[in-house]
Amino acid sequence: MSTEAPASGVRAGFEPFNLDRPWQLHPQVSVRPERFGALLYHFGTRRLSFLKSPALLTVVRSLGEAPSARQACQTAGVTEAELPAYAAALQTLASSQMITPQVSS
Amino acid sequence: MSERVGTAEVMDIIPETAEVTGDPSAAPRSAEPELATADLLVEEVSIDGMCGVY
Amino acid sequence: MTLPLVEQFGYGLDAPICLTWELTYACNLSCVHCLSSSGRRDPRELSTAECRAVIDELERMQVFYVNIGGGEPTVRSDFWELVDYATAHHVGVKFSTNGVKITQEVARRLAASDYVDVQISLDGATADVNDAVRGAGSYATALRAMRHLAEAGFRGFKISVVMTRQNVGQLDDFKAIADRFGAQLRLTRLRPSGRGADVWDELHPTAAQQRQLYDWLVSRGEQVLTGDSFFHLAAYGDALPGLNLCGAGRVVCLIDPVGDVYACPFAIHDSFLAGNVRGPGGFASVWRDSELFAGLRRPQAGGACQSCSAYDSCRGGCMAAKFFTGLPLDGPDPECVKGHGERALAAAPGALAPRPSGDHSHRSRPLGPAGPAAAAGPVPVSIGARPPADGGPVAARRPSDPRAAQRPDRGCDESPLAGFRPLT
Repeated sequence: MSTEAPASGVRAGFEPFNLDRPWQLHPQVSVRPERFGALLYHFGTRRLSFLKSPALLTVVRSLGEAPSARQACQTAGVTEAELPAYAAALQTLASSQMITPQVSS
Repeated sequence: MSERVGTAEVMDIIPETAEVTGDPSAAPRSAEPELATADLLVEEVSIDGMCGVY
Repeated sequence: MTLPLVEQFGYGLDAPICLTWELTYACNLSCVHCLSSSGRRDPRELSTAECRAVIDELERMQVFYVNIGGGEPTVRSDFWELVDYATAHHVGVKFSTNGVKITQEVARRLAASDYVDVQISLDGATADVNDAVRGAGSYATALRAMRHLAEAGFRGFKISVVMTRQNVGQLDDFKAIADRFGAQLRLTRLRPSGRGADVWDELHPTAAQQRQLYDWLVSRGEQVLTGDSFFHLAAYGDALPGLNLCGAGRVVCLIDPVGDVYACPFAIHDSFLAGNVRGPGGFASVWRDSELFAGLRRPQAGGACQSCSAYDSCRGGCMAAKFFTGLPLDGPDPECVKGHGERALAAAPGALAPRPSGDHSHRSRPLGPAGPAAAAGPVPVSIGARPPADGGPVAARRPSDPRAAQRPDRGCDESPLAGFRPLT
């Protein structure tokens, strides 16, 4: 299966995902929970993301209310060992604008 | 094939189901090496990337 | 470790991700390969109110996006009303058109609206190649529509091309047209569906052309769309962008102008009819409860393809392509890149391929073995009589056979109009 994340943040030249900033779901993204996790569709970019973990869905949905992405992960029950995988997943979502940094007030 | 396609006959044209076997982590086919962990949790595709739509 | 998506979909989605909705069988053109055999409006078309009810369901189900086509969808008088209704109800729209109604004013209106995408059909980079398939003047109509969209500032509209033996040599030219108008090129696969059944032998790309097309697509990456219609070519090596699997009944489906729900627009045949939106549970219950879709969602055995090293990549190819060439669904695609399909077709001489279930072609261009371009002979008439109780075999039929234009009753048919065929 072809995955299309040409700007996955963990490649050389890109900063790793900053877990300690507040993030949010892009307002043009529609979230559809599924048995395997969720579908996210961005009405602006017309791109689809498949979240293949229900915990990742919980993280993504709670980003807007959490002080940081790290906090959102911890609240969703993501363990320290799992955190790098979730950080990489969040970077993929950030690269395709599914999630964006919150504007600091 | 019978023209009269009732429910049972419809199923005739669907191949026999089978147990899913084989390595669930399919061999990567993308030209670029992906970080395996990111692949597991998120997959992205264009909305044009589904077969069966005009 | 999570399963690949192709396994996840085996559990079934509660709603399609996107779908094709043919709004009308009416069309101002008579393209020789039309997958829906369009031309004449079907008098049983969904009403405006019924269409709005479908959109309400799509919204509730969170279907992200609908590709509205036909026939020529813009010939419906309520077309713009329905597009606006869909986008106001959180259903994205892309509509496919031959461009006949894309005036400057319409183009400006489209450029100003969010969530509406346009796809212009074109099958030749030059008028001679295009019009041989789509009819005299169709190239000019399409280019005019493109010019209007570009002038109105609509960037990134789609130009969709069905690849044929006649136009594979024009790949760079198609790209140049798309670049000229600020559009995105989309190449799709010709299937032996609808009127395509009659021209497939002469129009489908040769094996060498198929390889040429694949190489070209790989070099263009995500710049050129394909609608995932070439997933059977993944057997060559690298997969093209997309899910690379048959979406029929799993992530997509078709709603046709009379509300029939098929697995996909290339499979308009009773064998792939899941139900009708006019049934008591509407579209949602057809999607969720139909036996046909349940069967498609179960993991498929590879059958004759199981032992092939490429099976994991191509997954046996396109169901509709196999069905309408008379090949078994658990065997190779007719255009299998390893040649297994060609060999299978050669090994079964005289096999009767199923005929498309309906024919809405203009009377001067009927479906039939003689081909839609052969306008000779009497006009076929639907007598209106019900088919014989024993049904009879699905076989290649001449249009003069009354059974060719009719569908048999099915015990599970939810449509209140089952078996009713008014004179058209």
